[in-house]
Amino acid sequence: MPRVGLFIPCYVDQFYPEVGLATYRILRRLGAEVEFPEDQTCCGQPMYNSGCAEDARPLAERFLRVFAGYDHVVAPSGSCVSMVRLHFRDLLGDRADLRDVAARTYELCEYLVDVAGIRHVDGEFQGKVGLHRSCHGLRELRLGRSSERMDPPLDKAGRLLSQMRGLELVALERPDECCGFGGTFAVNEEAVSCLMGKDRIADHEKAGAEVIAGYDMSCLMHLDGLLRRERKPIRVMHVAQILEKASLAP
Amino acid sequence: MKASHAERAAAFASDVPHARWHDTALWFVRVKRDRAAASVPEWERLRDTASGIKAHTLSRLADYLEEFEANARKNGIQVHWARDGAEHNRIVGEILERRGVKLVAKSKSMLTEECGLNPYLEARGIEVVDTDLGERIVQLAGEPPSHIVMPAIHRKKEEIGELFHEKLGTPAGLSDPKTLTEAARQHLRRKFLGAQAGLTGVNFAIAETGGIVVVTNEGNADMGTSLPPLHVASMGVEKVIPRARDLGVFLRVLARSATGQPVSTYTTHFHGPIRGGEMHVVVVDNGRSDILARENFRRSLSCIRCGACLNTCPVYRRSGGYSYSYLIPGPIGSVLGAQRDARAHGSLPFASSLCGSCSDVCPVKIDLHHELLALREDIAARGILPFGKRVAMRFGSFVLRHPALYRAAGRAARFVLRAFPSAARLGPGGAWARQRELPAAPPRSFRDLFRAASREERP
Repeated sequence: MPRVGLFIPCYVDQFYPEVGLATYRILRRLGAEVEFPEDQTCCGQPMYNSGCAEDARPLAERFLRVFAGYDHVVAPSGSCVSMVRLHFRDLLGDRADLRDVAARTYELCEYLVDVAGIRHVDGEFQGKVGLHRSCHGLRELRLGRSSERMDPPLDKAGRLLSQMRGLELVALERPDECCGFGGTFAVNEEAVSCLMGKDRIADHEKAGAEVIAGYDMSCLMHLDGLLRRERKPIRVMHVAQILEKASLAP
Repeated sequence: MKASHAERAAAFASDVPHARWHDTALWFVRVKRDRAAASVPEWERLRDTASGIKAHTLSRLADYLEEFEANARKNGIQVHWARDGAEHNRIVGEILERRGVKLVAKSKSMLTEECGLNPYLEARGIEVVDTDLGERIVQLAGEPPSHIVMPAIHRKKEEIGELFHEKLGTPAGLSDPKTLTEAARQHLRRKFLGAQAGLTGVNFAIAETGGIVVVTNEGNADMGTSLPPLHVASMGVEKVIPRARDLGVFLRVLARSATGQPVSTYTTHFHGPIRGGEMHVVVVDNGRSDILARENFRRSLSCIRCGACLNTCPVYRRSGGYSYSYLIPGPIGSVLGAQRDARAHGSLPFASSLCGSCSDVCPVKIDLHHELLALREDIAARGILPFGKRVAMRFGSFVLRHPALYRAAGRAARFVLRAFPSAARLGPGGAWARQRELPAAPPRSFRDLFRAASREERP
């Protein structure tokens, strides 16, 4: 039974506890021994993406200490995992302890598909769902094939969701355009950020989506903020919340 | 200091229908590119190969440039070296003045824009006519190009009809693209016939053969260099490629990436002057050696100026070329501009959501979004980040290093969000909440709920 360290990004901890709980329940049902190390805070991405490497470095160090010794580290976020796996190296250099943790840190969908080997999803979810393929999961972790690349098709999150009974995955005109969240970009470049988000929502609306699902709550927080302001009847949900009650089998 | 990208972008995006029109026009080109790329089964291998050839060339750039020079001279081409834009302009100006040139036909060249060649020559009484249709449009309007491949993409056909009416004397109210193009054609034809010299850029300079290749869709480089006896071509040092056969890689990715065409309409190989004429190539550094010296950013010199990163950039599409303080807009322009002058172009690396679409679309695999990220660090290290951001990041880092402090701050933030939502809109919350709701704050965090939940579920 693998020992899994549950990595709950700071904004999920504070604003979306139900997403953390759904992730926990899914991992438990896989038979993993799941622990939530209470000393975790944040991976440091906001600082790193602002150019403030000196402010991000101690947080990366702390992450390695907190998550040392687990068989796997799993988070319901493509963006935070890409920070750990791909960008800690820029902050800490090529170190053995980093290589060790980075190689065992996974985003939830890729953990289910690549590590747990889940092929069959048995569960029910009624509704038309638009999948928001958040950029860092897509183009950093390669959870799927991005529309720019001409590689063989791949869509880990979509493959899991589409097996849910009653769930119809709608086809978007722009399958993976950025929603405009972008961390501090959402505030620094507020005008373009919001226009990007509104355009993304319009695409989901046109496709008939009732739910916008994704593997990054940060993007969904931005889209949800726009949806609620404009009182649109579309909900956002994390993939974990949709898969929460399904039975998952290799 | 110039206005930041965010300020200019906000102005552009405030006209929402216009911004959406701009977005749609460029997305159309991106979709055409996707179709063209998908038609080549070995597309990703082509990108790898193109990237490899460029990396190799940059690793021995000086050698290939000297090889190019020697072979070009054998072809009867005169080769000049310019350290910077001023030297480039002086060299071109002297060549033209020595032959008493008063009118030159110029085909598209971002390098001459970078060097400010047009105003330099005009100040010396030489009329420069940009012969690419889009370039001519922005030249008549007195504007710089807003896109490196489609310089007038920001203008609607009705606006161009108005401009032509005013500048070229066409009837008022024209907006049919065919009629407008024909009017430009007639106007440019007279200029072509009168020009005493042709200026062009260079897409590829081949070390092995000492020739240059210029790619256009309108044949304007060919018209401009076939009639007059004098051809001056300007190239950045990074335009050299080792062998003629390398063109088989670059020409296949260039047009597909740029416009979604399988190949450009005209691909012209110049290997010497026309009979009785002269041909000059001016090789320009203008800061490129400095970029070459920086290992993290070297690869930005691989750029073949296809413009695909502009077309795919969700920020560029909604903020327009003029929101970028550097003359090359979009992701590649932000990378080049911020390296050229971190202070003047310091907001450009932040004009990105770091979505990475640019890196995936780039035919020579420049890791554009990671270079933007590295440039943010460079800007912070130079101490030119805005003060507020620096303080916020320092403070955030401090809080997040202390779990107890983090828990308290989280609890406080959620309390404020619930109890005093209007207070939450102060500070960065304000920019968030102008068009968006702040997240609904739950009374208990995940870690608060976790203990209870895990107790229940544990067998």
